[in-house]
Amino acid sequence: MLVFLVRRLLQAVMVMLAVAFIAFLMFRYLGDPVNNIVSQDATQEQREEVRKRLRLDDPLILQYGRFVVNAAQGDFGVSYRNSRPVSALLAERFPATAELVLVAAILSLALGIPLGIYTALKPRGVLSQGLQILSLVGISLPTFVTGILLILVFSVWLGWLPSFGRGDVIDIGWWWTGFLTATGLKALILPSFMLCLFQLTLIMRLVRAEMLEVLRADYIKFARARGLRNRTIHFRHALKNTLIPVVTIFGLQLGGLIAFAIITETVFQWPGMGALFIQAVNFTDVPVMAAYLVMVSLLFVIINTSVDLLYNVIDPRLRTDQTRATGRGA
Amino acid sequence: MSDTSFTGRLRSFADSDLFYSFRRSKTTIIAAAALVLLFVTAVFAPQIAPHNPFDIAGLNLLDSELPPSWMEGGNPAYWLGTDTQARDVVSSIFYGLRISLFVGFASVLLAAVLGVFLGLVGGFVSGFVDAIIMRVADVLLSFPAILVALLINGVMRGILPANQHEGAAIVVLVLAIGLTNWVQYARTVRGSTLVERQREYVQAARTIGVGRLRIMLTHILPNVLGPVLVIATINLGMAVLTEATLSFLGVGMPPTQPSLGTLIRVGNEYLFSGIWWVVIFPSATLAVLVLAVNLIGDWLRDALNPKLR
Repeated sequence: MLVFLVRRLLQAVMVMLAVAFIAFLMFRYLGDPVNNIVSQDATQEQREEVRKRLRLDDPLILQYGRFVVNAAQGDFGVSYRNSRPVSALLAERFPATAELVLVAAILSLALGIPLGIYTALKPRGVLSQGLQILSLVGISLPTFVTGILLILVFSVWLGWLPSFGRGDVIDIGWWWTGFLTATGLKALILPSFMLCLFQLTLIMRLVRAEMLEVLRADYIKFARARGLRNRTIHFRHALKNTLIPVVTIFGLQLGGLIAFAIITETVFQWPGMGALFIQAVNFTDVPVMAAYLVMVSLLFVIINTSVDLLYNVIDPRLRTDQTRATGRGA
Repeated sequence: MSDTSFTGRLRSFADSDLFYSFRRSKTTIIAAAALVLLFVTAVFAPQIAPHNPFDIAGLNLLDSELPPSWMEGGNPAYWLGTDTQARDVVSSIFYGLRISLFVGFASVLLAAVLGVFLGLVGGFVSGFVDAIIMRVADVLLSFPAILVALLINGVMRGILPANQHEGAAIVVLVLAIGLTNWVQYARTVRGSTLVERQREYVQAARTIGVGRLRIMLTHILPNVLGPVLVIATINLGMAVLTEATLSFLGVGMPPTQPSLGTLIRVGNEYLFSGIWWVVIFPSATLAVLVLAVNLIGDWLRDALNPKLR
C-alpha cells in the first residue's frame, strides 16, 4: 500500500510540475509581460526597470523555479485587465463555483443512483422506458441548449426561478455563501440542474448496466436459493458491487463538472471562476489564464489521486494485484 | 471474383454485412436521412437559402423580429421568422450549418492525420519518442476536452494581433479542436501498429531492405486504418459540439460569420424580449445534427466490431 501511495503521489507531483511549466511558458512568452504592465507611454528606462524587477533576464530554469515557488504560495502576479492580484480575484470567485459544483455533484448522485436501481429492477416498466429515452436526449442535447431551454421555460414563460446571478449571499468570514438565503437557494436550482444533467444520466445508465450484470451473478442466485428477501438481495448484496465503478466514474466526472461549470456560469451569468476564465481567454489576460489552469489542474490531480486510493480501499480484490498495478489503480 | 465495374461494386455493397445491418436498423436509416439532408443544405446553402443574411442592402429593418410564418404577424417570406437585424432565421441557420460542419470536418481531419501519424511513429519506433507521445496523450486525456480546446484557443488568440481575431477565427477553432482530439487515434493506431510490426510481412519487407518510412506508410498504415473511420465518425459529433460550445462562450466564430453556436449565443441575449424563435431553431438544428452523427457513429461501431457479431 505504501509503495503504491508514494508512486501515485510522485506521479501527481510530476503532472503538476508539467502543468506549471506550460503555465509558465504562457506567462513568459504569450505577449510581452513588460508591455502589459507598464503604461502605453512608458520610457525605455521604465521598461528596463520593470524588466529588472520581474527578473526576466535570468536563465529560464531559474525563472521557472521562481514561478513554481510563487505559485505554490498562491502568488500568480497581477491581472493585466483589472490590475488586481490574480489570487484575490480567484479567491473571490471560488465560493460561487464550489457551491455550484457541490450541489450538482450531490444532485447527480442522489437522483442518478435511485433512478438507475429502479430502471434495473423494473426494466420493462413504462417509467423505466421513459427514463431511458429521456436519458438519451439528456446526453445528446448540448448542455448550453439545455440551460437556455430551462431559462426559457422556468424564467421567461413561468417566471418561477431567476435566470442569472447568485441571489443574496451572506459573508461568513472568508466565504460568501448562497446557501443561507431563500433567493440564494432559488438561484442555485436551475444552474445546478443544468450542470448535473449529463452526470446524472451517465450515473443512471452506469448503475442500471452494472446492476443488471450483478443480478445475473452466481452469488445472487445463491442468495435467492437461501430464501433471502428481495430487498436484502437487491440492496445489501447487489448494490455494494454495483457502486464500485460508480466511484471511479463519479471521481473522473467531478473534474468534468468543474470544466463544464464554465458553460453553466456563462449561461446563468454565475459569478464564478469559469466566467472569470472565459473573460481572461477573451482578453488574453495571461496571468488569470495561467492561474486558472494551475488551480483546476491541482483540483483534478487531487480528485484523480484520491479516487485511485479510494478504489484500493473499497475493493479488496484489487489489493492482491498491487504489485502488478503500474501506478494506475483502476 | 470481385467485379470492378460500378454496378458490380454497388451490388457487392448491397450484399455486404454492413449494408444489411444498416437496413435492419430504423433509427440508423432516419439518422442517415437527416444527416444527408443537413449536409446537402450546408453545401448548397448559398443556392437554396431564401435570403442572404449577410447582404446588408437586402435587409429591411421593418421586417425585424417577425415571428415564424404560421404565427400571428408572421410573414410568409420568412418561414421561421427574423431576428433583431431583420435577418431571415432559416437562411442564417443554413449558412451557420455550413460553417459548423466545415469546422467539424476540418478539425476531425486534422486530429485524424496527426493522431494516426503520431500513433504510427510511436508504435513503430517505440522507445523514447513513443514514451513522450504517450505521456503527452495521458496528460491531455486527463483533462476535459473543452478545457484543453479553450486553453489552446486562448493561447492562439494571444499570439495573433487583436485585429486579426475575426478573420482567423475559423483557423483558430480548427486548430484548437483538432489539437485536442488526436489522442484517441494515436492510442488506437499505436496499439495495432505494435501488433502489426511483429507480423511476417513486415519482417519480409525489412529483410529485402525496404526503408522504415516506406514500411510504415505503405505496409503498416493500410492495416491499422480500420478503426480510424469509426473514431472519426464519433469524433465528428464531438467536434461540432465543441465548436458550438466555444462559439456560444464567445471565443469562437464572430457574429459577422456566425456558426450555429454563435447564432444561439446572439439569440440567447434576446431571450427575455420574447423572440424565442431566434434561439430555439438554431438550437434544434444543432441538437438534431449532433444526435444524428452520434447515432450513425454508434451504429458504425457496432456494425464493424466483430466482437459483437
